[in-house]
Amino acid sequence: MKVKQQVERIMNAVFLLCGMVSIAAVALITLYMIWAGLPAIIEVGPVDFLFGTVWKSTAADPKFGILPFILTSVWGMVGALLLGVPVGVLTAVFLAKLAPEKLANLVRPAVELLAGIPSVVYGLIGMIVLVPAVMDFFKLKSGSNLFSAILVLTIMVLPNIISVSETALRAVPKEYEEASLGLGATWIETVFRVSIPAARSGIVAGIVLGAGRAVGEAMAVMMVAGNVANMPGLFKSVRFLTTAVASEMSYAADGSLQKQALFSIGLVLFVFIMLINWGLHKFLKRGEDQ
Amino acid sequence: MKKMKKQTFAFAAAAMMIAGLAGCSSDNGASTGTSTPASTGASSSAASVVATISGSVATGGSTSVEKVIGALSEAFMESNEKVTITYDPTGSGAGITGATDGTLDIGLSSRALKDTELANGLVETTFALDGIAIVVNPANTVEDLSLEQIAKLATGEITNWKDVGGEDQPVVLVGREAGSGTRDGFESIVDVEDACKYEQELTSTGAVMAAVAANPNAFGYVSLASVDDSVKAITVDGVAASEATVQDGTYKIQRPFVFVTKQDTPLSPAAQAFFDFALSEDAHELVRLAGAVPVVK
Repeated sequence: MKVKQQVERIMNAVFLLCGMVSIAAVALITLYMIWAGLPAIIEVGPVDFLFGTVWKSTAADPKFGILPFILTSVWGMVGALLLGVPVGVLTAVFLAKLAPEKLANLVRPAVELLAGIPSVVYGLIGMIVLVPAVMDFFKLKSGSNLFSAILVLTIMVLPNIISVSETALRAVPKEYEEASLGLGATWIETVFRVSIPAARSGIVAGIVLGAGRAVGEAMAVMMVAGNVANMPGLFKSVRFLTTAVASEMSYAADGSLQKQALFSIGLVLFVFIMLINWGLHKFLKRGEDQ
Repeated sequence: MKKMKKQTFAFAAAAMMIAGLAGCSSDNGASTGTSTPASTGASSSAASVVATISGSVATGGSTSVEKVIGALSEAFMESNEKVTITYDPTGSGAGITGATDGTLDIGLSSRALKDTELANGLVETTFALDGIAIVVNPANTVEDLSLEQIAKLATGEITNWKDVGGEDQPVVLVGREAGSGTRDGFESIVDVEDACKYEQELTSTGAVMAAVAANPNAFGYVSLASVDDSVKAITVDGVAASEATVQDGTYKIQRPFVFVTKQDTPLSPAAQAFFDFALSEDAHELVRLAGAVPVVK
């Protein structure tokens, strides 16, 4: 009996320790990002840093304005969601409510596979296939632009949206749908008027997850977006927050303002993603309260 | 086998220094040739000499030389385990300053010294050359450009290939990210610093090559060593980019990688040994592998 209690206690401690690891990691990362990111923001000036439209980190007279990166990340996310949400949610509806079991069993692994493809592979295919295709189709001088990046991001956010939405749709109680059918609604009407509203909070969770992925993705967009620090335009070469950090980090000298500014971009990105997560929690809470 | 050769060379260099020959870097190539075969038998005694070279060598400066210095110091430290070579990528200007005020044993610069700097008692020794090839898509009909035309294409003054004898197609400049040595080299030699109108800024030579190969309008710059058949290297002022034309100075888009030392301050034994190693023929292949062009005397 005593031994059993002791094992119980030890295991408790082990679980506590495991829980602490992730909390400690988050706390350390947060502290480090603030510690490493703030100096350059203060030196450049918060307004000049966040709202400056020119980024020339290695020029004789360096400029550190990251508004182009912020806006590009926002547009990239919005674009990917505009294209990805309809396709993703409808695919989830199809899988959860409409598809014959055999077909669903074929589509579902494909979606899961999509989630498992490394981002560099998306980037590679984007660079070799998508970029030249965009260039030819729109008669542009170069296909490396925001539009190509949005297309790649759209494919990348689909699995998040689909799998979370599908789970939410499957969790809708049968009784709701049966009641709707019993009142004479067709199956499609039931799905769109009853099932989707009932699964709303889950679907939104999927969308926010997708948004987080779109904002946080670096490798794939780096290979298709062109990476020039322009103010965003659909067919302009653009640089995202993530790629701004990744592309200059390797050559930035230690202790230079350039390197510090890269950490500051990291901090902005970090806050950005925190806000998205916070929005998610807020929304889910509201969903539960209703 | 190659490693052996390197080691024996280091032994020879060490022996030379002990014999009071330190500083005669110019006749170094010749002395390597003569002493290498002879030293095989004496390697056991030479080994004890090697053990006496120790200490650290502080180098720093140009960020562009990173690969070459990395390759050289790695090879050197492999055969001289007690020597530590540090490299601080701070820019050519800081490298020259460091050599002047003595904080660096060897300053590294990716440009030739100015007369004022030479007048300050600094000595420059070129240890490698950096050739930068201008590459276009194979479909591009342009074969030759002048430096001036390249500058105008880069800054966006010329936006159509027909203005330089090509087809009626827009010009797309594909370059490297800020801080890259190749970008710094191209912009400073062509004299278009911070003035380029990039359409793409990519983070590796391979990515630039792939982008140029994929876009018929593109032109880009890559280090000479990485040019292959997927792109077309154009001639600059009528001279094709090759190791030979870089070495004889006829190919314009090149710059020297320079060791900066002080005239009247002798180097420490470790620094001198590294200095000699970097200028020896044994280092040529390392320089080549690092994407630069070795110097021939």
